[in-house]
Amino acid sequence: MTAHLLDAHLVVDRGGFRLDVPLRVAAGEVVALLGPNGAGKTTALRALAGLQPLTAGHVTVDGTDLDRPDRRAFTATERRSVGVVFQDYLLFPHLTALDNVAFGPRRHGADRRSARETARAWLDRVGLAEHAHRRPRQLSGGQAQRVALARALAVAPALLLLDEPLAALDARTRLDTRAELHRHLAAHPGATVLVTHDPLDALVLADRLVIVEGGRVVQEGDAASVTARPRTDYVARLVGLNLHRGRAEGHGVRVADGLVLTVADRLDGDAFVAFRPSAVALHPARPDGSPRNTWPATVAGVQRHGDNLRVQLDGPITVAADVTPAAVAALRLVPGQRVWAAVKAAETHAYPAV
Amino acid sequence: MTVAGTGTPTARRRPAIGVRGRAGGVPVALLLPALLGLVFLVLPLAGLLARTPWSTLPQRLAEPGVLTALRLSLLTATLATLLCLVLGVPLAWLLARVEFPGRRLVRALVTVPLVLPPVVGGVALLLVFGRRGLLGGWLDSTFGITLPFTTTGVVLAEAFVAMPFLVIAVEGALRGADRRYEEAAATLGAGRWTTFTHVTVPLVAPGLAAGAVLCWARALGEFGATITFAGNYPGRTQTMPLAVYLALETDVQSAVVLSLILLVVSVAILAGLRDRWITAP
Repeated sequence: MTAHLLDAHLVVDRGGFRLDVPLRVAAGEVVALLGPNGAGKTTALRALAGLQPLTAGHVTVDGTDLDRPDRRAFTATERRSVGVVFQDYLLFPHLTALDNVAFGPRRHGADRRSARETARAWLDRVGLAEHAHRRPRQLSGGQAQRVALARALAVAPALLLLDEPLAALDARTRLDTRAELHRHLAAHPGATVLVTHDPLDALVLADRLVIVEGGRVVQEGDAASVTARPRTDYVARLVGLNLHRGRAEGHGVRVADGLVLTVADRLDGDAFVAFRPSAVALHPARPDGSPRNTWPATVAGVQRHGDNLRVQLDGPITVAADVTPAAVAALRLVPGQRVWAAVKAAETHAYPAV
Repeated sequence: MTVAGTGTPTARRRPAIGVRGRAGGVPVALLLPALLGLVFLVLPLAGLLARTPWSTLPQRLAEPGVLTALRLSLLTATLATLLCLVLGVPLAWLLARVEFPGRRLVRALVTVPLVLPPVVGGVALLLVFGRRGLLGGWLDSTFGITLPFTTTGVVLAEAFVAMPFLVIAVEGALRGADRRYEEAAATLGAGRWTTFTHVTVPLVAPGLAAGAVLCWARALGEFGATITFAGNYPGRTQTMPLAVYLALETDVQSAVVLSLILLVVSVAILAGLRDRWITAP
């Protein structure tokens, strides 16, 4: 294991809420803290920046303890080598884009002229050289985001922190900005921590995902392993999988009373079974003569989902099924309708829930 | 703003939502005193304009006594405002940003000069800064500084009365400012003082300016505390309001001219304040 540029254990107690997140990020690595609203992601980011003192644990950057409550050591935000891109950017409204970016270098001891030179170079890198003399309110959302990124990077921070960097943008701008942000994050030599509730942002921008729910890490890993093996309903929903927990014995996993799903994998003990909504087939009557997993279900709702329709099913297990509009018409799928659901064993993925 | 009705408003329907409709909704018991109140406020100003000796105005304005009083007034009000800024802005910052025991008491104390009769303020200043006052005696014997009945005394008296206006305005602006900008400044390496000067102050600049203008206007019109603490020496402590009062006993027309000048200055301030900060979008 290489030495981590950022080594942190963030513990913050705040009125009934406890954040307890261990976090290690290598130089050049981008880690996304992904989680639902109120999971404590922003608190974690603020703790890293020194805007929220830790209750316990530590924040160590490049071998230096920045925050260590047990030794009563705390480094003020302005003395940390951090750059933060805030959710609504917080560009200083009274300064031009150039002076916003030059603000950091200036505070780090550069004279006015070289600070502006640095700022100009950064604005150039984010493609905003010609907007250098505009005020923040004269910039579009995407431009403001890029100025905010340039401002954070202009101090060459060891630790770059981004709080929902794309959340304030409209869909079209987000697409372009995401691609560009990816380029800049990949070029950043320091450690990067990105907070987001958008799985796409996390998958595109991050090398590694840390899923936080209720102040704790519930899953961690690279995009492929997290999407293939979700461990909570939240992650399963994010990556669009049906996820059920049960007890495995060989090729069977008991996921509910009276329902044992046959799976391709072979394992024993507590296990997860995941399958795509498109793997679920619906039948008006019990399909016979097939090695499929089948169970009776009731249609709870039908929604548009891309070109298909997503059918929410109640029954022994709650499942989402993606079917074509033609199938919905043929089966007369309306809420309350009883159907049979079927999933091939080969379409399931089972893994230990330890 | 638009009338939420069916169809487009026609020419016939328009008067119904116009003057008659509105006046019909206002009880006479409110309308009458409201108009009387307006007349009461405007009439004296109109009287001042009506009695102004317009033909001899240029000569009277050029009288050395007038110019001296005006210059002294502008100078002391400006110095008092500067003093208020230097002391009042940090005080406002402390009240807005630092949790400390007794903060409510401090805020109440700051506003006392607002409700205190200015003459009482003047007496209080004499008791502290007078030659035999609590601090005055020490200042006199140690540094040879005498404050009462000097131009500096005028500045002190005006600042004492006007500072609450500034502190309250700036504290309000500071509370309204988004503190996350200060956090953003900290992440960029700015210490608290730099953040204050480079981020906080520019952010609250409109409130700061409004407070300073109010403070200046109050200082310009100060009478009670000034005459009590600084006396009425032409050229040294006789400001415009004092000159108006004195002139009224000897030469009414002169008093009218001096009053007119103060009125013009006040209206100019009001206009400036309205345009730039009060009705700003």
